[in-house]
Amino acid sequence: MTKRDLVQRLAERLEISQKEAKVIVDTVFEELEEALARGERIEVRGFGSFVVRTQQGHRSRNPRTGEPIDVPPKRFPRFKTGKEMKERINRSAVSRSPNKGEGAP
Amino acid sequence: MTKADLVERVYERVGFSKREAAQAVDAVFELMKEALEHGEKVKVAGFGSFVVREKRPRKGRNPQTGEEIEISSRRVLIFKPSPILRRVLNQSGG
Repeated sequence: MTKRDLVQRLAERLEISQKEAKVIVDTVFEELEEALARGERIEVRGFGSFVVRTQQGHRSRNPRTGEPIDVPPKRFPRFKTGKEMKERINRSAVSRSPNKGEGAP
Repeated sequence: MTKADLVERVYERVGFSKREAAQAVDAVFELMKEALEHGEKVKVAGFGSFVVREKRPRKGRNPQTGEEIEISSRRVLIFKPSPILRRVLNQSGG
């Protein structure tokens, strides 16, 4: 499912225009992105939470030349699956396990 | 940030009531959950993708008793941030 599919399904489910659905989907992801950029923790109950982790900078070497280089600290988002989401993906796994390979892609 | 903050933003931008905005935000996540539980990958350009991975059963140990236990096969959800999101995170703070 791409963002476009999400927009389309949202429009159908809520019986709103595609245009409105697009504004909603864009707003949600822009806000999530901005919150992460501020280093904020995000919690969407039932779905999951995001935290921004910082990896310390360190000094390294160019493996080819042996020249020392500074690796700057990096920030990256980590996602933790929510309880409901975890249960839902595993519920469907259990019902599908008897015929292996029949599952979704 | 919580879902309430997302609802507030949607409310400000779309001419919906607070209640409708809340339903809209819930629907966005519900649609993603439905896709994921059916094994579908969710890919949001500029943000990242969510993928369900199958984990095989493996042997583990109870850290308290040292007893060996079987960890059953399960599905886990993985978030892979897009290169754009990674860049955004490292421009503003780092």
